[in-house]
Amino acid sequence: MNGSAIWLGPDAPERVIAHLGGQGFRVVGPRVEDGVLVLEELTAGDSLPTGWHDRAAPGSYRLERREGNGPRARERFGYRVGAQAWKRYLHPPELRLFTAERAAGGGLDLHPEKGPEAPLALIGVRPCDLTAIAVQDRVLMGGRHVDEAYAARRHGAFLVVVECTTPGATCFCASFGSGPGAEGGFDLALTELIDDERHGFVARAGSARGEALLEALGGRPASAPETDGRRRAVDEAAHAMGRRLDVDGARSALAEGAGLPLWNDVAERCLNCANCTLVCPTCFCVTIEDVTDLSGDVAERRRRWDSCFSLDFSYLHGGSVRRSGAARYRQWLTHKLSSWFEQFGEAGCVGCGRCIAWCPVGIDLTQEAAIAIEQRRQADAMPRGRGPAGRGARR
Amino acid sequence: MKRPADASGPVARAAQRRRPRLAVWKFSSCDGCQLTLLDCEDELLALADRLEVAYFLEASRAVVEGPYDLSLVEGSITTPDELERIQEVRRQSRTVIAIGACATAGGIQSLRNVLDVDELARTVYAEPSYLDVLATATPIAEHVKVDFELRGCPITKEQLLEAIGAFLHGRRPAFGTVSVCQECKRRGTVCVMVSGGVPCLGPVTQAGCGALCPAYGRGCYGCFGPAESPNVASLMRWWQDELGVEPAATVRALRTFNAAAPAFADAAAAADESGRPGGEGA
Repeated sequence: MNGSAIWLGPDAPERVIAHLGGQGFRVVGPRVEDGVLVLEELTAGDSLPTGWHDRAAPGSYRLERREGNGPRARERFGYRVGAQAWKRYLHPPELRLFTAERAAGGGLDLHPEKGPEAPLALIGVRPCDLTAIAVQDRVLMGGRHVDEAYAARRHGAFLVVVECTTPGATCFCASFGSGPGAEGGFDLALTELIDDERHGFVARAGSARGEALLEALGGRPASAPETDGRRRAVDEAAHAMGRRLDVDGARSALAEGAGLPLWNDVAERCLNCANCTLVCPTCFCVTIEDVTDLSGDVAERRRRWDSCFSLDFSYLHGGSVRRSGAARYRQWLTHKLSSWFEQFGEAGCVGCGRCIAWCPVGIDLTQEAAIAIEQRRQADAMPRGRGPAGRGARR
Repeated sequence: MKRPADASGPVARAAQRRRPRLAVWKFSSCDGCQLTLLDCEDELLALADRLEVAYFLEASRAVVEGPYDLSLVEGSITTPDELERIQEVRRQSRTVIAIGACATAGGIQSLRNVLDVDELARTVYAEPSYLDVLATATPIAEHVKVDFELRGCPITKEQLLEAIGAFLHGRRPAFGTVSVCQECKRRGTVCVMVSGGVPCLGPVTQAGCGALCPAYGRGCYGCFGPAESPNVASLMRWWQDELGVEPAATVRALRTFNAAAPAFADAAAAADESGRPGGEGA
């Protein structure tokens, strides 16, 4: 869009919520409930959290209120990403696909599930998560077989992005270029600027709908110091990432990484609990199950999130193909960082860091990838036929 | 779900054919799991429509003699008498479903498996010579072939109905053996361990309860027993090293409703001996 940036006050999120809610959107955004950050449906009059920030580390995430009277105590987006990703709304964890009823004259009556009634408006999408939505778009709508449930929620969804200016300890979006700034793929982008002199948002439209929203919100054109401040804050954020990943190195090391020693070491720690895949904003796998009622006259087909860490996930004739924890972690990491490129032309990771923070035992994807790169390098330096890094993976 | 009430419809067809005969058996247990069947209030009529309740002492003294098509077996084997009775139940039953932590893992009474039963008896009873008990409490599947197991202390109504429905229609029950974490994530509960440092057995415990305790800010107590491929030693190391849980407390956490389930029992024994989950130097 060509429209220039607009300066909005610190209450911009609430005004956006009220406006989009009034237009019939189902508005979803962050809320603090029982001390944790969740993504919930919002209605006009609801406010987003103020003065909260988060501290993430491997296996640990704490949401805290800013102490004192400094400007940061009024910060609107001091936290980065919580456990929940937006796929909760675009690719729901549980979904009934259809109900089937035995018809009176024999045969079956099928009742397909109705799609969503109102389009979604997602408020506070971080750039890494915006990239993740684009990744899921390609997976679930990009090929010949479109996932109708996803498409029904994704089409018409209004995306309000909030750029990152203070990355956390588990953040590494800069390694993928999936953040901390956002240049497209959104309807509206907000960048919060906060210091002793000013507090508000530089707002940019990314679509005609975003332009219309900005117009409706009023505001004044952002000044040069404000737009410069936005650019500087985002540039600085790119150099303040808590973690980094050698994307190309990981891609090639993992492509030939099936027999590396690290998998057995990870398996000593990995709980096979599937948390990493469930918090991952790009993981999309589901399982389908059919159930009947007691009479056997009514049946339902349901789908729910599944994970490559479940035994049943790789169940083929005769049993599960990936029985060991080592095989399952290898499958996941290799898909995220390597084979996703072959399959979809990009990485399956956006550097949001959720899998690091929400792993109950703090397994760090960036660290394991670095170990894989190093072990691959060592194996390549050895004469052929020696060393532990053969091709065959342990089952 | 509603059912068509057509006179030539499925209801009438069901009445014409013999209903499968249901029996509910109790071994050493608290009765809570069979109570779950009575707790299916809204579905009881549909159940009675489809099954002949032939032996269910908690509901009725009227007993129809076997054989039975479906036997729900509650409780663990703890006495010489029960050793014989479970064989008879199996002989009389086409399908056996073991229900609850006692029947599938020995239950809370299997705490005695790592203690001296005679000493316990002397401590608790004025006249221990009246007792005739086995040294261990063991799950049903250690004694007879079990066709399906329902976990939980107690089992859930939803899983019980799903298992009976699956039995009636010859299909596989639609529930998995994955971790409780999957249920937390599906219902939107934010991890209590990661966000609050609350020790939780969810990552190594089988789903099925709907992740009840974490939804109320509590760690999982492991009522549904070990998940399909639990790494208990790793979780206990994290509890000790990062959450500051005392070794003795990890042992207590693992020795509850499913104390004798091998994955929990082994990790507890290792921690008990060495003070380290997974044994010395783990």
